[in-house]
Amino acid sequence: MDTLLQQIINGLTTGSVYAVVALGYTMVYGVIQLINFAHGEVVMIGAMVAFSVITALAGSGLPPLVIVLAGVMAAIPSCMLMGYLLERAAYRPLRHAPRLAPLITAIGMSIVLQHLALLVWGRNPLAFPQIVDNHVFGIGGAAISSVQIVIILLSLTMMAGLSWFVYRTRFGIAIRATAENVDVAGLMGVNADRVIAATFVIGAGLGAVAGVMYGSYYGIAHYTMGFSLGLKAFSAAVLGGIGNIAGAMLGGILLGLVEALGTGYVGELTDLCGWPIAHGWLAGQCADGGNFVLFGSNYQDVFAFLMLILVLVLRPSGLLGERVSERA
Amino acid sequence: MAQALLEALNLQVHYGGIAAVKGISFAVEQGEMVCLIGANGAGKTSTLKALARMIPSRGEIHYGNRRIETLPSHELIGKGLALVPEGRGVFARLTVAENLLMGAYHRNDANGIAVDLARIYDLLPRLKERSSQVAGTLSGGEQQMLAIGRALMGRPKLLLLDEPSMGLAPLMVQKVFEVVQKIAAEGVTILLVEQNARLALEVCSRGYVMESGLITLADSSVALLADSRVRTAYLGE
Repeated sequence: MDTLLQQIINGLTTGSVYAVVALGYTMVYGVIQLINFAHGEVVMIGAMVAFSVITALAGSGLPPLVIVLAGVMAAIPSCMLMGYLLERAAYRPLRHAPRLAPLITAIGMSIVLQHLALLVWGRNPLAFPQIVDNHVFGIGGAAISSVQIVIILLSLTMMAGLSWFVYRTRFGIAIRATAENVDVAGLMGVNADRVIAATFVIGAGLGAVAGVMYGSYYGIAHYTMGFSLGLKAFSAAVLGGIGNIAGAMLGGILLGLVEALGTGYVGELTDLCGWPIAHGWLAGQCADGGNFVLFGSNYQDVFAFLMLILVLVLRPSGLLGERVSERA
Repeated sequence: MAQALLEALNLQVHYGGIAAVKGISFAVEQGEMVCLIGANGAGKTSTLKALARMIPSRGEIHYGNRRIETLPSHELIGKGLALVPEGRGVFARLTVAENLLMGAYHRNDANGIAVDLARIYDLLPRLKERSSQVAGTLSGGEQQMLAIGRALMGRPKLLLLDEPSMGLAPLMVQKVFEVVQKIAAEGVTILLVEQNARLALEVCSRGYVMESGLITLADSSVALLADSRVRTAYLGE
């Protein structure tokens, strides 16, 4: 099996999910400079709602594709409503408060939503019902499943759609104008409340689909899944330059790749038996093709945060985070 | 006297406990070009921001035949009131064309917008050359032209201009003022705030002088230009 190609395929899959979730963080940040820490939980609820619907319909005899679609179609409006309510109830009253207040509120909302999910769905993970035949194709010594293909294509489609919306439509231009200067956008007749609510709703809608994709990729959905997924997507947004839409997409994909490649090679690279230091008892450990691995693939989650730390130290504005300066 | 398009009565602006505008009253009539001059910190920009509802204020603001002091900022452009803010406020990361389209955001007449865009490009040919460039790469003077062009895209009846000469080279200032005069000649009512008192009084028919949040003088430009207090304090004589 070709590890490199395989890990690239896996990385593209998770990376495109990170990218779609990261868009939710970056759009909101771009407009109101708030890190909506509850976004990961909105994504989780999308997965939970979809899984519930899919499980309920699993025995109905409907075609599997229709069932999955019904799950997604239930998740999207649920998440959009949740995104709207979050903004309306939790963040809007704090719009003019010091920045720390909405930030702490966001962390609070994240905990509230997590426990709400715990109350509704319980502490056991929901399993994705085996209704879809996950076909695996071989390419160049690696494998790609139909679920992976769907995830990658769907993510790319959503990213293209969002780019078109933000860069080509009137309302999209208004969103970017508001992100740059909310007061002046107001002078142009842009209702800032409406734009801000829209960024939450759009981000949540994308997040809903991302949640379903992520859940179906790993086969389970759980009330805590939004935490690490959210944190990674947030890292991706920072990596690309928070507030920058293209940056979130790039950051997500890149983070997925780094994570997958790191996980794929970390065992091999930290196998002390492969290092020229095998003396004494270590030599004994290594005898007969044995190995002594320092870090295994269970260190998967480390890579995202290592990358976040590196970016914050070396290039705090992110990869695409450079801003065009306004000349006097 | 003609019907006043804009009238402020006892307008006050406070920042925390500090009074920036301490109860001023003034009027701008339909088709007039009036200026508000005064030193830095006199309260001119606060006055314009209050008129455009960007900051809270006390007192009455009459525009057309209605009161606007309770309206949110984003509803004013639809009623024909546009402000070109101090420091121009162009969207630096949007292209020139996108900036201009934002000026027409409240309008739904695609044909009319296209006509006005062509008209702005005609009036300000530099903007046409740079239409697909992001606005942040324009020079200060070009940005000021863009800010004015953007306001015109909203087909304003009343244009509030805040320090259009700020930070510009003399030649550019002259160009900007030529454009402003053209706009006035087309029938747009203008309230101009300027630190450059001589320039402002030369293009406007009337002027108000503001000092520490109060209007201390109000007269025709000719009279103000001849007034000894104005001459010593604002014209450097």
